Amino acid sequence: MPNTQNAIRHPLALDVADLTVAYGEAPVLWDIDLQIPEGVLCAIVGPNGAGKTTFIKAVLELVPKAAGRVLVLGTPYRRQRRRVAYVPQRGTVDWDFPTTALDVVTMGTYGRLGWVRRPGAKEKADSRAALEQVGMGDYADRQIAQLSGGQQQRVFLARALVQDADLYLMDEPFQGVDATTEKAIVTLLQDLREAGKTVLVVHHDLQTVPEYFDWAFLLNVRRIAAGPVDEVFTDATLRAAYGGRVPFQASNGAVSGSARLGTEVDLAQSSTSSPESPS
Amino acid sequence: MIEFDYTLRIVALGAAVLGVTAGALGTFAVLRGQSLLGDAIAHAALPGVVLAFLAMGAKAPLGLALGAGVAGWLGALAVGSVVRRSRVPLDAALGIVLAVFFGIGLVLLTFAQRIPGLNPAGLSDYLFGQAAALVAADVWLMGILGGLALLAMAVCWKELKVLLFDPDFAHSVGFPVRALDVLLTTLLVISIVVGLQTVGVVLMSAILIAPGAAARQWSNTLGGVVGLAAVFGAVSGVSGALISAAIPRLPTGPTIVLCASAIVAVSLLAAPGRGLIARWIETLRSRRTLQTVGVLEDLYTLALRHGDLAKEHPAATLQTMTARPERVQPTLRALEAKGWVRPVGDDGWALTDDGLGAVRQFARNHDRET
Repeated sequence: MPNTQNAIRHPLALDVADLTVAYGEAPVLWDIDLQIPEGVLCAIVGPNGAGKTTFIKAVLELVPKAAGRVLVLGTPYRRQRRRVAYVPQRGTVDWDFPTTALDVVTMGTYGRLGWVRRPGAKEKADSRAALEQVGMGDYADRQIAQLSGGQQQRVFLARALVQDADLYLMDEPFQGVDATTEKAIVTLLQDLREAGKTVLVVHHDLQTVPEYFDWAFLLNVRRIAAGPVDEVFTDATLRAAYGGRVPFQASNGAVSGSARLGTEVDLAQSSTSSPESPS
Repeated sequence: MIEFDYTLRIVALGAAVLGVTAGALGTFAVLRGQSLLGDAIAHAALPGVVLAFLAMGAKAPLGLALGAGVAGWLGALAVGSVVRRSRVPLDAALGIVLAVFFGIGLVLLTFAQRIPGLNPAGLSDYLFGQAAALVAADVWLMGILGGLALLAMAVCWKELKVLLFDPDFAHSVGFPVRALDVLLTTLLVISIVVGLQTVGVVLMSAILIAPGAAARQWSNTLGGVVGLAAVFGAVSGVSGALISAAIPRLPTGPTIVLCASAIVAVSLLAAPGRGLIARWIETLRSRRTLQTVGVLEDLYTLALRHGDLAKEHPAATLQTMTARPERVQPTLRALEAKGWVRPVGDDGWALTDDGLGAVRQFARNHDRET
């Protein structure tokens, strides 16, 4: 848990002031102020259409700012690109693109290679190691269309790891990932934090926010709250962010993974998973 | 006779250059989702060709190529600015630019043919292409232009690759996506200029799109797809040009496009993995596996319900548990051949130990996949 004094003395990982982004007439982000200290694992939380993806894209200058200022690790993003890694939503690329898992991960080295230079043996080795790190070592030469959604997500994660950045911005890295993989990814993110990196993650499952993250940024067009999870992740702020219809209650028991499986699968499981008991 | 061979050699060489250039660079356009941009650029090049001719009063290859390139580039620029500055979607913008530029080109062409003292014969070959008209100077120019474009592609290979796969990521690591898009469009314009005289403006887009689409069926890497597209482009270019040169008054463009289409048709049908035939076989096979597993699981469910895993059950009972009862008997016989079930009595079937192992293995695999 980062103490506040530390956070003030150290440079901020992300320092956003008065950030406003508009598509046409409607503002998507309105007057956002946000300061994230270095070395935290922060969830970006808010309802659909709250501007979570737009926020990340505005930091990365992928969408134009209508107003405001963004400092990444103390200076404008333009001068810090190498120290920032971006994991886009899985659905933003064509997974039928003719390339392999290893090749996608190697793209993470393109930034430091600069123009024209080709990735060499060292870059390939780094990329392979990153694939191993996310448990995808056996799939290096697999065509990316032949990977499951969770595996594709892990390839994206490996591409960010090989960038060896100081600030990681991840847009829904748990989407389409099974429970075991999710735990593995969370451990990986926590390792990054322990190594002093800052990780911002757009996250949808409110249930797991206190368990996975130490910081939270609640967003719904405007900033609702930001800070250490135990301070800002409260009923009041959640209600403010989600307009009263909070899809989460602290008292509610954990939703088990099996709720995602269809009825037929459940039946098949119950009939096959206890074969010994009746006989 | 020697004269004829020489002409034919020039034609074949020119067609090969055009096929390699258009096949390789067209693949990038296809993967960038810009297949039809090539169509708009090719049509937009026509007024440039005619204007260059009117300005020079002669058909100098370099001048005509320059005119085509500039006009094609302006066409691409027009598409981009219509999309950015208005609410007109991309497909409509492509249609508008194509029609406007091509219309202007046709008007200018008619105009040029009426000016006394000029000899515009052969200019209308730019509509459907005429390989037989190629001379050595044309092929030299095509080779130099195509070579430069392919060199630029090779130098910026990884930048173009990351642009095609994930432009947002490319931007985030510091590559200028706008500039790379301009480079890609320029390479596309060059490959169109290279092929324009041989294939013609009307069908130029086919030789950009078809080789890449066919090559994608056979390869899963970018290098493989681009290389194969170059080969396919060259093969269709050379065969089309030679056929049209051998038969008088046969326009080259349509002939080349028919050759490329044949390659596409074969690739769509016969390519391993992605081809229609391969996928059809795969579907049949997985349907059979599903039936096999289904009957095996039904038998297992019955056995569990009776608390005796070795107990036999009549085929008629199994038939009530599936949507395709007529397949139960043949499936049971297939399972018996595998040693997973054994017949008991007149109409009874029971799981063997191997069958029990198999059904549990299927269940485990199923769990892992969900």
